[in-house]
Amino acid sequence: MLRDITLGQYYPGDTLIHRLDPRTKLVLTMVYIVALFTAIVYAGYALVFLFLAVSILISRIRLKSILSGLKPLIVIVLITGILNLFYTKGEHLLVHFWRISIYWEGVETAVFMALRIMLLIAGTLLLTYTTSPLQLTDGLESLLNPLKKIHVPVHELAMMMSIALRFIPTLIEETDKIMSAQRARGADFETGGLIAKAKALLPLLIPLFVSAFRRADELATAMESRCYHGGEGRTRMKQLRMARRDWAALAVGVLLLALVILFRRLGI
Amino acid sequence: MTPVLQTVRLTHRYSEGTPFERVALDSVDFSAQRGEFIAVIGHTGSGKSTFIQHLNGLLKPSSGSVLFDGKDVHSSKEFARQVRFRVGLLFQYPEYQLFEETVYRDIAFGPRNMKLKDDEVDERVREAADFVGLEESMLEKSPFDLSGGQKRRVAIAGVIAMRPEVLILDEPTAGLDPGGREELMENIIRYHDGGKRTVIYITHSMEDAARTAQRIVVFNHGHIAMDGAPKAVFRRGFELIQMGIIVPQITRVMMRLRELGLDVDDSVYTVDQAIAALRAGKGGGGHA
Ligand SMILES: Nc1ncnc2c1ncn2[C@@H]1O[C@H](COP(=O)(O)OP(=O)(O)OP(=O)(O)O)[C@@H](O)[C@H]1O
Ligand SMILES: [Mg+2]
Repeated sequence: MLRDITLGQYYPGDTLIHRLDPRTKLVLTMVYIVALFTAIVYAGYALVFLFLAVSILISRIRLKSILSGLKPLIVIVLITGILNLFYTKGEHLLVHFWRISIYWEGVETAVFMALRIMLLIAGTLLLTYTTSPLQLTDGLESLLNPLKKIHVPVHELAMMMSIALRFIPTLIEETDKIMSAQRARGADFETGGLIAKAKALLPLLIPLFVSAFRRADELATAMESRCYHGGEGRTRMKQLRMARRDWAALAVGVLLLALVILFRRLGI
Repeated sequence: MTPVLQTVRLTHRYSEGTPFERVALDSVDFSAQRGEFIAVIGHTGSGKSTFIQHLNGLLKPSSGSVLFDGKDVHSSKEFARQVRFRVGLLFQYPEYQLFEETVYRDIAFGPRNMKLKDDEVDERVREAADFVGLEESMLEKSPFDLSGGQKRRVAIAGVIAMRPEVLILDEPTAGLDPGGREELMENIIRYHDGGKRTVIYITHSMEDAARTAQRIVVFNHGHIAMDGAPKAVFRRGFELIQMGIIVPQITRVMMRLRELGLDVDDSVYTVDQAIAALRAGKGGGGHA
């Protein structure tokens, strides 16, 4: 069913990774991404991969969940790989037929590019799998706080994001329900050509929009009646606090980046 | 006689193979004969909605099977589609499924999907609208301009217009005022037509169940815990309360009297029955 889609879903848990401050995890993810793009070949990639693998192991997230999150990207990975394979010129010619030539360098680039995309997604998946949407937006808000000085509405943006995240499952559930209800009246969402399929979506989309607007309206009223008036002077029930483990994790991140930069210098 | 609907060791797991896996139905055996009027009750999350969505083939069992007229609902795509129309299912809060420009077209959605001829559709729409008490003048209105109770009627008409042999309703009276509830229950009883059609409905109100149904099925944690005539079910009032089901006030009064030692029949569910029971109990006497 629709509800089984896992992209960006939070898997509750109580491991070291789950307990890290969301800000730490956000920064670490950024460090990880920078490291990933700094690494050029074998040793660098191996290190980045090791970092991710250990993190996944500690988080006790099942490999299956990560793989199923990667599945929607197979096409992109393949296309990137193939393009790189054919378009990279080099010195060591491997195959040549008609007007196509494949170089060893092309194979290398293709494999590393594909790896890079997958590692990139797997890393961010791990972040969303181990951090609840609420923590995530809290962390983001706190990290972006300095931008308030230049009048970026950080709090409002974070609030919008957390509301949107909060309502994704609700909307999915609603979609599921309306689909079932219309199916019970004989609606057919699967067969037919493109136009028939688009038309078949109307009985789903109209009630969905109506209910989304109704919900938005109700939520606005509910927020107002609890005197919500934006970020000014707002305090939090759950304060974000950096613990010793956060500093330790950040240190590991810095070490990772330093090593990858070193490897890059050495060209390995 | 072949039951019109039957489930054999019906098991359903949601989100199978993920950490959120959850068994909603666990090996449920159930059968309904043609013409029965069955109420389904059970605490929140006991699996009632999941159960009835199997009966018209909307959900596929994780294991076990659902039979319509003795034939597996999922035996072929065509049969599954047929069953959708022959077993009409009305969802919880059905007013949220309205989408057409006019009430008329919304009620016609089901019959049109059945590929009926235009005049047949027209006849059914008018009949169904009349059945639930919608006036002619409403038919050309937008369903979004109606009151909650009127929307509910339109949704019900939309299912009835398919003239299903079995009508299944998920808490049809939830959120209606007492007058609206009464009317709706009458409509449902009228649709049952003295046993010409089969009705299964979920309710949270034991009173409603006891008053209208010939048979009550009690769900508890994905199992059928009790299944029988209202009297037999009410006789186990204490177990019902333990399962988180609210029994009628008067039943509780009688249960308490019995607890206090008065030898009365506590499987009653109306005041009249209670009076009769008390009269009968008198003289029999207790030792309180
Ligand atoms: N689409 C779904 N995905 C995952 N779990 C679900 C889904 N629908 C129901 N469940 C779970 O399955 C169990 C049974 O749910 P069901 O809706 O059948 O209960 P119910 O008896 O109809 O409850 P209620 O009286 O509140 O309507 C519940 O624990 C519920 O959380
Ligand atoms: Mg339900």
